[in-house]
Amino acid sequence: MTRWRIATIVTVLAAAACARTGASRPPLRWGGDAEGGAPFVEADPADPSRVRGFDVEIAGLIAHGLHREPVFVQVAWSSIEASVERGDFAIGMSGVEDRLELRARHAVTIPYFEFREVLAVRPADSSRFRTLDDLALHRVATLGGTGAYERLLAEQPRIGLVPISYDDDVHPYSDLVSGRVDAVLLDNIIADRSLRRSGGFYIQPAPVATGHYVGVLALRDSALRDSVNVILRARMRDGSLEKIFRAWNVWDDSQAGYFARALADTSTTRLAASAHADRSVRAYLPALLRAAVVTLVLSCLSMLLAVALGIGLAAGRVYGSRIVRAPLAIYVELIRGTPVLLQLFVLYYGLSEFIRLPAFLAAVLGLGLNYAAYESEIYRAALQAIPRSQLEAGRTLGLSEAQILRLVRGPQALRLALAPMTNDFVALLKDSSLVSVITVVELTKQTAIYATNVGSWLVPGILCAAIYLAMSLPLSRLARRLEQRWSAA
Amino acid sequence: MVRDVQASRGAHQVLRGVSLDVAPGQICALMGTSGAGKTTMLRAIAALGPFDSGSIVVDGFALAPGQVPPESKLRVLRRSVGMVFQAQSLFEHLSVIDNVTLALIHALRWTRERAEAEALALLATLGVAHRASALPRQLSGGEAQRVAIARALAPDPTLLLLDEPTSALDPARRGSLGEVLRALAAEGHGLLISTHDVDFAEGFADRVAVLAGGVVVEEGPPREVLSNSAHADTRALLRSPSAEARG
Repeated sequence: MTRWRIATIVTVLAAAACARTGASRPPLRWGGDAEGGAPFVEADPADPSRVRGFDVEIAGLIAHGLHREPVFVQVAWSSIEASVERGDFAIGMSGVEDRLELRARHAVTIPYFEFREVLAVRPADSSRFRTLDDLALHRVATLGGTGAYERLLAEQPRIGLVPISYDDDVHPYSDLVSGRVDAVLLDNIIADRSLRRSGGFYIQPAPVATGHYVGVLALRDSALRDSVNVILRARMRDGSLEKIFRAWNVWDDSQAGYFARALADTSTTRLAASAHADRSVRAYLPALLRAAVVTLVLSCLSMLLAVALGIGLAAGRVYGSRIVRAPLAIYVELIRGTPVLLQLFVLYYGLSEFIRLPAFLAAVLGLGLNYAAYESEIYRAALQAIPRSQLEAGRTLGLSEAQILRLVRGPQALRLALAPMTNDFVALLKDSSLVSVITVVELTKQTAIYATNVGSWLVPGILCAAIYLAMSLPLSRLARRLEQRWSAA
Repeated sequence: MVRDVQASRGAHQVLRGVSLDVAPGQICALMGTSGAGKTTMLRAIAALGPFDSGSIVVDGFALAPGQVPPESKLRVLRRSVGMVFQAQSLFEHLSVIDNVTLALIHALRWTRERAEAEALALLATLGVAHRASALPRQLSGGEAQRVAIARALAPDPTLLLLDEPTSALDPARRGSLGEVLRALAAEGHGLLISTHDVDFAEGFADRVAVLAGGVVVEEGPPREVLSNSAHADTRALLRSPSAEARG
């Protein structure tokens, strides 16, 4: 009896001690991207300040296994790796794919889910496009920075397909349905979700490859990673993970097979070497330079459009009747008052029901139409800055209004407009990075892909900045020289 | 050619019935204190500003009262009337020769060679041919004035309007400008010059018209009007700084 009593007291004390330690331990901060949505991580429709999804529940399991409280940290999916090394959170989990490079740079948990990379095509093409090999010269979309994108890049030279990278996993499928791309290669979970949501495409049953989701920790946190692995194995064994996956409707026989294999093999899962093993600067420089050409061509074409349209808008507002001036003023204010990002989205996705613009053309139009509004204000101000006596002198000489604009007012206004125009062009060169949202891979996007792959922004960032400067500095210099020549002459 | 012209700026009636004649080969000085309406009169004749009533006829072309008609309806007038502005109005981005040839090439459709030959001859007459390739901002005040006259003269107008041509010139340059204008009159151009420079008018004008209160209060040969004036407004003009400077 006494012994029992002592044992009870010891147990209660130990439990209390445990509870106290648990309470005093800091919460487990874990990072994920709620924009990725269900079933990974999504804002809870019942309480948008909370998140839910299988990654959320697994993070909960891990935290409780560590006797800590889980705290969610929102992070952009493409920044999870950089953020975890910075120490923003202890573990990143949001459909993070297992890759060799990931393991080289971070402490990575054992995979907790096996997914299949599947090919989605339009129903009419289901017998034509069965595998990647059938897609020579066709556009294949996927999410940038994923294993699927890496695979498309690796297969590009052999098959001759055209990889198209997206910033989100919704638009690849809508563009597939609308015919902008011919296939989408992504995780079966994402493909199934899109099929349920909007439909209109067919998923090839044979997977292109399999992959795994893992948790990613900072390299220095390998001890914590080992504890997490112990917890994950225990939860595989006791069926908690299966229960979560079943609840989120992503459990199938292949998953059961994977769990059995993972529990039998105590070493970490073997991983096939990536086709892109060479991560040196030399390997990425050609891609960066090609992307720089895209940026330059895009910027030049957009600026040409902006200048031509801007001159028209300015002339209309200076010379036009009230009926002409009013709509032009509305255009300028509307464009200047709304984000260019929104305009690009509307142009590319919003109008796609009526007119399906190719991405590059939409980018040129979007930037050109946007900058035209700003240019027109510069030209309008410059035209109005030319003294009235200059125009009257032209009139008394018998020149027509059009001749006065072309020979007297325009050339002088151009000299006034040159400096602000150059500023705008340099700004446009940098704003052109926004068009990656409509799948154009330009310099910044290519740099982001590079940075994701090497797991650091330092070298890619410096290279990217150097290329931008190499493009913008000569331009500023040219403008300065022209200004000097015109003012000194 | 100017009959009973009335013009107003806003609510203020500037001209209340002005009549003027400038014959070919004649220099007429339109005099008056600041704000008397000299520039308004010149601008109405050059169809740069409106007038309310009366008539303006130049070389057979009649301007109607009311708003200034569009340029397309003023082609004939533009060929007959040249204007030299008070403010520097040379085209800053064009060289002297290009300023002078602009109207010849683009309004009269001359070839560049012919226009440049004509322009150089004009610039030589005015003594500024050596500045042909200079830009306006590189010219002195006197040179700019002569280039502006050359530009206005290039299309060979019958009537040349000059708005306060001496205001930016020192006395020596005023004299030489006067000589140039006399030579132009001798070639048959009619010149209407707005000025409050009594010396200049007395020295070079054939006729003087004094504008006061929106009407021409006195008109006649300069010596008659300026030496023996009985009119209070003319005497006021004679008391102006330029008149006092005569000593």
